[in-house]
Amino acid sequence: MTDASADRSADGHSRAKTSLLQLDVRTKKRNAAEARFKAYGVVAIAIGLFFLIALLTAIVSNGTRAFTQTFVTMDVTLDAQKLDPDGTGDPEVISKTTTFGYGGIIDAALEQTLAARGITTEIAVGDLDQMLSSGAAAEIRRAVLDDTSLVGQTVTFEVLASSRVDGYLKGRVTRESLARDRNLSPEHLDVVDALQEAGLVERRFNWAFITGSDASESRPEQAGIGVSMIGSFFMMLVVLVLSLPIGVATSIYLEEFAPQNRITDFIEVNISNLAAVPSIVFGILGLAIFIQVAHLPQSAPLVGGLVLTLMTLPTIIISTRASLKSVPPSIRDAALGVGASKMQSIFHHVLPLAMPGILTGTILGLAQALGETAPLLLIGMVGFIASNYPDGIAEGFLSPNSAMPAQIYEWAKRADPAYYERAWGGIIILLLFLMTMNIIAILLRRRFERRW
Amino acid sequence: MSAFWITLIVLILAAVGFVVGRGRAMQSADGNIRNLHSLPVYYGSNVAMMAAVPALLLLALWLFAQPLTLNRMIAPMITSVEAGDSGTLGLVLSDVRRVADGLDLAVSEGVLTEESARDIRTEFTDVRERLSQVGVALGSDVSRETLSAAQRYRALSKAGSFLMLVAVIGLALIGAAFALSRTNRDFRARNVVESGIKIVLIAASCIAILTTVGIVLSLIFNTIKFFGLYPASEFFFGLTWAPSFGGGSELGILPLLWGTFYISLIALAVAVPIGLFAAIYLSEYATPKVRAIAKPLLEVLAGIPTIVYGLFALLTVGPLLVNVFGEGGVLGVTWMGGGTAVMTAGLVMGIMLIPFVSSLSDDIINAVPQSMRDGSLGLGATRSETVRQVVLPAALPGIVGAILLAASRAIGETMIVVLGAGAAARLSLNPFEAMTTVTAKIVSQLTGDADFSSPEALVAFSLGMTLFVITLGLNIFALWIVRKYREQYE
Repeated sequence: MTDASADRSADGHSRAKTSLLQLDVRTKKRNAAEARFKAYGVVAIAIGLFFLIALLTAIVSNGTRAFTQTFVTMDVTLDAQKLDPDGTGDPEVISKTTTFGYGGIIDAALEQTLAARGITTEIAVGDLDQMLSSGAAAEIRRAVLDDTSLVGQTVTFEVLASSRVDGYLKGRVTRESLARDRNLSPEHLDVVDALQEAGLVERRFNWAFITGSDASESRPEQAGIGVSMIGSFFMMLVVLVLSLPIGVATSIYLEEFAPQNRITDFIEVNISNLAAVPSIVFGILGLAIFIQVAHLPQSAPLVGGLVLTLMTLPTIIISTRASLKSVPPSIRDAALGVGASKMQSIFHHVLPLAMPGILTGTILGLAQALGETAPLLLIGMVGFIASNYPDGIAEGFLSPNSAMPAQIYEWAKRADPAYYERAWGGIIILLLFLMTMNIIAILLRRRFERRW
Repeated sequence: MSAFWITLIVLILAAVGFVVGRGRAMQSADGNIRNLHSLPVYYGSNVAMMAAVPALLLLALWLFAQPLTLNRMIAPMITSVEAGDSGTLGLVLSDVRRVADGLDLAVSEGVLTEESARDIRTEFTDVRERLSQVGVALGSDVSRETLSAAQRYRALSKAGSFLMLVAVIGLALIGAAFALSRTNRDFRARNVVESGIKIVLIAASCIAILTTVGIVLSLIFNTIKFFGLYPASEFFFGLTWAPSFGGGSELGILPLLWGTFYISLIALAVAVPIGLFAAIYLSEYATPKVRAIAKPLLEVLAGIPTIVYGLFALLTVGPLLVNVFGEGGVLGVTWMGGGTAVMTAGLVMGIMLIPFVSSLSDDIINAVPQSMRDGSLGLGATRSETVRQVVLPAALPGIVGAILLAASRAIGETMIVVLGAGAAARLSLNPFEAMTTVTAKIVSQLTGDADFSSPEALVAFSLGMTLFVITLGLNIFALWIVRKYREQYE
C-alpha cells in the first residue's frame, strides 16, 4: 500500500501536485457554498427581525398621535336671555334648553374670541363651529347643568377641536385634502393657524382616550378605549376564575391519576386537537350553544369569557402538565412514605411546588385570550357603540360591552383616518397590557423556577 | 327567589354541616383525635360535600330543564301557529317570555299589582304601553293569545321556582343528615372525600370532550338545517358566491376555498423559507449568545395578537404594495387596484407564521442526534453539506409536520383576512386582486342582524364545518407524522 501510494505521488500523473494551503477549485466551491448557506440563515433572521421592527415602528409612529388631542380655549358668555329668560335659576327650566340650543352661544363665543384677537375671516359666523367637536355643545350644557350659577356669566371653556382640526395639527390633514371636504374648509385652517399663534388652540395629552367611552362615527375626537378596557377586564376575570381551576384539575387527573386506557387517550387527543382548532370555530360554538341554546345575553363579557375559557384551556392544561411533570418523583415518594394519601401528597406537596410554572402558563394563556378577536365578533361584541360604563359588578358581566381588540376592529372598520389613528393607539395600550403580563410571567419563572 | 340566593343558602348549610360534622366526629372519639380513622377536617368536609354537591347539581339541572319544560307546556296554547312550523313558534314563544318578564318587572316596580298582572286582559288594557312604562319595549301589540300564554307562563314558572327551592334545599338537608348519621369514629371519611375529589377531577377532564362534542353538534345540526334549505351539491361545487338576504342567493364554496388556499400558499411561501433557514442557522451555526437574543425576538412575532397584524395589513402593507404595484407606482404597472388583496393578506400572514415554523423546526432539528452530525463532519463534509444531506433528511418528516401545522393555522386565520384580503369572492389567478376566505365569510354572514333560520346565515355553519374538518384533518396528519418521527430516534 505504502509503495503504491508513494509510487503514484512520485509518478504525478493521476493527480496534480497540491498543497493543503492552496485550495483547489472544488474546495473553493464547497467553501463558497458553505458561506452562502450560512448567509441565507443570517438573511432569514435579519428579515424576520426587520419585519418585527417594521411592525413596531408602524404601531408606534401611527399610534402615539392618538394620545394627544387638540383643545380650543374660548370665553363663552352664557346668555341668561337664552338659557333662563325669567331668571328663575331653576335647573328644570335651564335643562329645557337642548344641546341644539347651545349652538348659538358657541357661535357667538367663537365670534367674540376672534374679534378680541383681531382675527378676521370670511367664514360665516354660523360655520365657524365646524372647527369644534360636535360634542362641544353637550360639554358646555353639562357644565351649566352641574352649576346653574354660571348662567349669565362669561366662563372660559376648553373644548375639543373637531377631528379635522386635530388632524391638521398632527399633519394628517392638509389644505389640499380639505378641498373637497364638506366638514371643514381651508379657510378654517387659516383661523386655526391664527388661534394657535394666539395660544388658544393647543395640542396636549388626552386622558379621555384611555379612560373614555366610544363615540359615534362622526365624533372620532371623543372616542376612548376605557369602557372596552372594562369589558376586557371582566372577560379576563371569567377566564381566570374558570380556566385556572378546571385546567389544574384536568392536569392533575391526567398526570397523576389517569389509568393508561382508551378513555384517557381520547381525552388527550381531544385536548391536543382543541389547541389547534381555529379560534373562529370557538366563536361559532359560543354563538350556537351559549346564545342560541342557553339564551345568555348577546355581547355580554360573561359569554366572551366563557368562549375564551374554552379556547385557552388546552394551552393552560399543556403548560400545567409540563410543570407537574417537572416535580421529581422523590417528592411524591417521600410524602407517601410518611403516610400521606396520594391525594394529600399531590395537594400538599406536588401542587405547591408546581405552582410557579402553573401561574406562568396561566398568565400566558390569559395574554393569548386578551388579544383574541375573531370569536368575539361572532358573539356580537362589535357593531354597537360601547358608550356607557357598566353600573355594577353584575352589570359588568351581563350588560353588552366591547373588548379592547373588538373595539380596535370596530375603529379600523370606520373609514375615517382619525379612527385609524385611534385603532393604532388602542393597539399600543393592548400591547402594553400583553407586555406587562409576559414580563410578570418571565419574572415569576426566573424567581421561582427550580432545577431539580 | 333567584338561583343566586338558593346557592348561597346551600353553601351556608354546607358550612354549618362542616362545623357540626367535625364536632360530632370529635365527640364520638371522646375528644381524642387519635381515636378517629381520619383527621376531623375530613368528617366535616364529608358532610359539607354531601350537602352541597347533589343540591347544586340538582339546581343546575333544574335551571336548564325548567325553560324547556315550560316551553313544551305553553306551546299547545299557541294555536295561531301551524303545527310543525318551529321557527315561527320559537319567535312567538320568545315573545311570550318577554311579556312574562315584563309583567314580573311591572309588578316589582309597582306599576301593576300582583292580581292585575294575573287578570289583565288585552280587551281592557294596553299591555304594550303599560310595559313600556317599566322599560320593556315590545315590537308589536300583545295579542290575547300571547298575553294569556304569558300569564300561564308566569304562573307555571312561579310554581316551578318554588318547587325548585323546596327540592334543592330539601336535598341539601337530606344529604347533610345522611352524612351526619354516618359520622362516627370508625367511618373512613378521608377515603370518601378523596374519591369525591377524584370525581371532580375526572369531571374537569371531561370538559375537553364536552367542548369537542359541543363544537361538532353545533356545527352538524345547523349544517343539516342549511342543507335542508339549500342543495349540498350546489354548495360544494358552486362557482359563485353571491349571498343576498332577499333570497335567490348563490352560495358556492369553491371561490372561498380558492381564496383561502391562495392566501395560505403565499403565506407559506413567505414563512417556510425564512422560518426554516432561521431555524437551521439558530440550531447549527449561531453562538449561544446570538441564539439567546434572536430566538425570543423572533418569538415576539408569535405573541402579537392577530388584530394587530390585520391593522398592519390594512393600513401599512396594503398602501405600500399599491405604491409599488398599483397605478402610478414605482414599477409603473397597474396590477393592483386597492390595498386589500391576496398578496397583502398572504404577506402579513407569512410574517405571523415565521416564528411558528422556526420554533417547531428548531425543536425538530435539535432532536436529530449529535452522533449523526459528528459522523458526517468526520467524513469531511462541511457544515452546510451535513445539514443538507444528513440533518434535513433525518428531520424531514418533522419539518413537514411543522409546515402542515402552519398551513392549518393559515387556513383558520381570521382577522388578517377580514381586514386585509377584501370582501369580493372571486376565482382568479391574480394575487393582486381582492379575494375572500372561508373565515372572513363566516364573520360577515354571522355578524349583523341576520335571522338565524335563513340559508344566508346558516351557510356560515357549513363553512365552519368545512373549516373544522380541513384543519382537523391537517392537524391529525401533522401530529401523526411528528409523533412517528419522534419515536425513530428515542
